[in-house]
Amino acid sequence: MIEHYLGLFIKAVFIENLALAFFLGMCTFLAVSKNAESAVGLGIAVVAVMTITIPVNNVIYTHILKKGALAWAGLPDADLTFIGLITYIAVIAAMVQILEMFLDKYLPVLHSTLGIFLPLITVNCAILGGSLFMVERNYTFPESVVYGFGAGTGWALAVIALAGIREKMKYSDVPKGLRGMGITFIVAGLMAIAFMLFSGIQL
Amino acid sequence: MPAESVKRTIMIALGVCIVCSVLVSTAAVSLKGIQEENRRLDRIKNILMAGDLLDGNRDLNQIYEEKIQPLLVELASGRVLQQKDFESGLNIRDFDIQTVAADREHGRVIPAERDAAGIRRMPKYMVVYPVMKSGNVDKIILPVYGKGLWSTLYGFIALGSDLRTVQGFTIYEHGETPGLGGEVDNPRWKNIWKGKKAFDEQGNLKIRVIKGNVDTKKSEAVYEIDGLSGATWTTIGVDNLVRFWLGDEGYAHFLKRLKEEIHG
Amino acid sequence: MGKYYKALTEPLFEKNPIAVQILGICSALAVTTRMDTALVMSLAVIAVMSLSSLSVSMIRKGMPGTIRIIVEMTIIASLVIIVDQFLKAYLYETSKQLSIFVGLIITNCIVMGRTEVFALKNPPGISFVDGIGNGLGYSILLVAVAFFRELLGSGKLMGITMLKLQSEGGWYLPNGLFLLAPSGFILVGLFIWVLRTWKPQLREEE
Repeated sequence: MIEHYLGLFIKAVFIENLALAFFLGMCTFLAVSKNAESAVGLGIAVVAVMTITIPVNNVIYTHILKKGALAWAGLPDADLTFIGLITYIAVIAAMVQILEMFLDKYLPVLHSTLGIFLPLITVNCAILGGSLFMVERNYTFPESVVYGFGAGTGWALAVIALAGIREKMKYSDVPKGLRGMGITFIVAGLMAIAFMLFSGIQL
Repeated sequence: MPAESVKRTIMIALGVCIVCSVLVSTAAVSLKGIQEENRRLDRIKNILMAGDLLDGNRDLNQIYEEKIQPLLVELASGRVLQQKDFESGLNIRDFDIQTVAADREHGRVIPAERDAAGIRRMPKYMVVYPVMKSGNVDKIILPVYGKGLWSTLYGFIALGSDLRTVQGFTIYEHGETPGLGGEVDNPRWKNIWKGKKAFDEQGNLKIRVIKGNVDTKKSEAVYEIDGLSGATWTTIGVDNLVRFWLGDEGYAHFLKRLKEEIHG
Repeated sequence: MGKYYKALTEPLFEKNPIAVQILGICSALAVTTRMDTALVMSLAVIAVMSLSSLSVSMIRKGMPGTIRIIVEMTIIASLVIIVDQFLKAYLYETSKQLSIFVGLIITNCIVMGRTEVFALKNPPGISFVDGIGNGLGYSILLVAVAFFRELLGSGKLMGITMLKLQSEGGWYLPNGLFLLAPSGFILVGLFIWVLRTWKPQLREEE
């Protein structure tokens, strides 16, 4: 059992990395990766939000939206999957808001470092993508917790690594037209190739 | 009225919610029929493709109705269920493998040591698709699925009336690496399967998807299928899922019964 | 007319949402292994963008600042669901390949960005045109990337064989790398390079 969850975690972090294998959360990924410090902050915020929202969406999906899930309410034929998208995004927006208020009240130090990244996260497709993959792959509740944490960690890892490389790149002589975004894309591409090496691992 | 008043905020929020929900539900409800029809047609198309029955000029539904009489089979015993024996929740037309596998009554957990296909849960019943020719079974099309490298592969394998010869193989849904493992849906590769033998004369399961190319001089060549180059894990996945479904956990009992029926 | 023309054409190159404003790349790269999926995705994005800009602009005068974001989100999400339902009904094959990426248009920052920056401050007509313009800018890049990826990766365009593959008796040995994720990044990087060499005023100083 432990092996199964560990396998799922490693797969979510390395093999199916949301940023590098599925291109999710790229806008924030590229915008924030200019320096390592803010990348770490954003990374932690993403891990926190994903670990919460994916299981919450899992519960909503299995008990309300899924075909036949409303049997307990006397509606065995109801199929609400079509409003899934709007529900997940609402849950994400609400969770981000609650997390922000919670941090503000109880952990003001953490809030002052993570605070500015939280609103960015609502429109981070990695978060919504995580929930959609969870639904598509039919994860159970414990699996969704592990997957949420793993997927968030993978994304954070990628953004921190890219920020590190970009900091080093300040000292390189990049062709004029490629400076800034151009070379960042190419670096991200090379990183994605490196991450692909994990795909041979069978878990 | 100032834009920030509470009343106005609530009004706008309610207004947007109502308009949006009306639009979304109208679209979803009115298009549902077409979508379900699409999903059904897609499945029919794949069944016909596996059985090599596609005819560009004819309507899929028509060919399907004419040639195929689907059966619901209980895998553990190999028994074909009659309409009256169907338990609630089972029916042939809307049989969805995933839903049935997840069902507490109609699905079961596969013990890890026997779960070669890596699917963890499977239905206790499956719908199979015999192709009829003048009252006799000409081919039998069996749904199969299992894990590849990234994704679950869904497909069909068609056996001829001797129940040994493969008449067709197709994978209709997968998320394997494009260009490498993704070649499982390449028609050229699927064609290799035609004419291979799944079982030997004694009825032992012999079919294998091997790594690399089959040595045609070997006597075993008739049981072997070339692997996909550069896609070790997808190849192993296909090998596992075919052997799993043709084996004891899958259709073996049903095929045995059917053989007795055909050959007396 | 001048201002409408500008709203339509400026986002194509000078203010290309992907290459210059670096918005909405998430979904852009995952659906570009084939031209037909890229085209359908482009149409979906154009539809969602123009209509969401139009509707947000229509209610902009009554829009309370406090719930602005969530109202925009609701409108965008509803439009995306409707588009998704239509694709599933009328373009089933392609919608199967696009899978979750249609849904991800909701979090496509171009859509959100244009409603925030433009539609909230401008009348409906020009917001609609601005939506189409930015959608087209997105499409140009998407289709350009898909062109190279499909041609070099599988020797085909729109599913029709252009370069006959060795495995089918032709001469072309496809470069599988172009079908994998990394090539998407590298192609966008090169596209930005070309654009900035052509229009040097877009260069960044770092």
